[in-house]
Amino acid sequence: MLIATTVAILVAMFLAMIRGIVGPTFYDRILAVNMFGTKTVLFISLIGFVMGRPEFLDIAIVYALLNFISVIGVLHFSGSVEFRHDDHDNSTVEKDS
Amino acid sequence: MDIVIAVVSAIFLLLGGFLCVTGGVGILRFPDFYTRIHATGVTDTLGAGLILIGLMLQVPDVLVLVKLVIILLMTLFINPVATHALAQAALKSGLSPLLQSKNHKGG
Repeated sequence: MLIATTVAILVAMFLAMIRGIVGPTFYDRILAVNMFGTKTVLFISLIGFVMGRPEFLDIAIVYALLNFISVIGVLHFSGSVEFRHDDHDNSTVEKDS
Repeated sequence: MDIVIAVVSAIFLLLGGFLCVTGGVGILRFPDFYTRIHATGVTDTLGAGLILIGLMLQVPDVLVLVKLVIILLMTLFINPVATHALAQAALKSGLSPLLQSKNHKGG
């Protein structure tokens, strides 16, 4: 069961990575990176249990904190001019739907 | 008693893995940024919670259980905060939600 769940987490990480690569807006990429980081925390925990070494949970705790700080840090700078979102970028999204 | 715990742990783990794959499909197929936040929120709270509870049922000692509880609490507190900040930053920067009246004009 642990290995099946690990494979499911890997599939979810792969799908999130696809969204991070093709994401039309800047915030889609940040969302995909955030989800990828959360899945990495779960993946490290599961790998620790699969390999019989639960000490990996320390790394998972550190990664959760790092993920949060990176997302908040990027969002802190997202209000500046370079990241300013133009609404006509969203038109491609609306055509796709 | 031992096999009951193993079966319950397997159910939790598989349900969490299924929810994570569902969220992955959702983040890939939903049409809008604000709907993709919903898909991510499902995996961040319920999927991670179920997987961590499933791991908690097969811990070898107490210290590992404490670490898993810490990870669960941090996941439950940190990810909604990050998602909220992300949605607020997107809305402030002018990313408009995809409304139905934009697709069907006059409808």
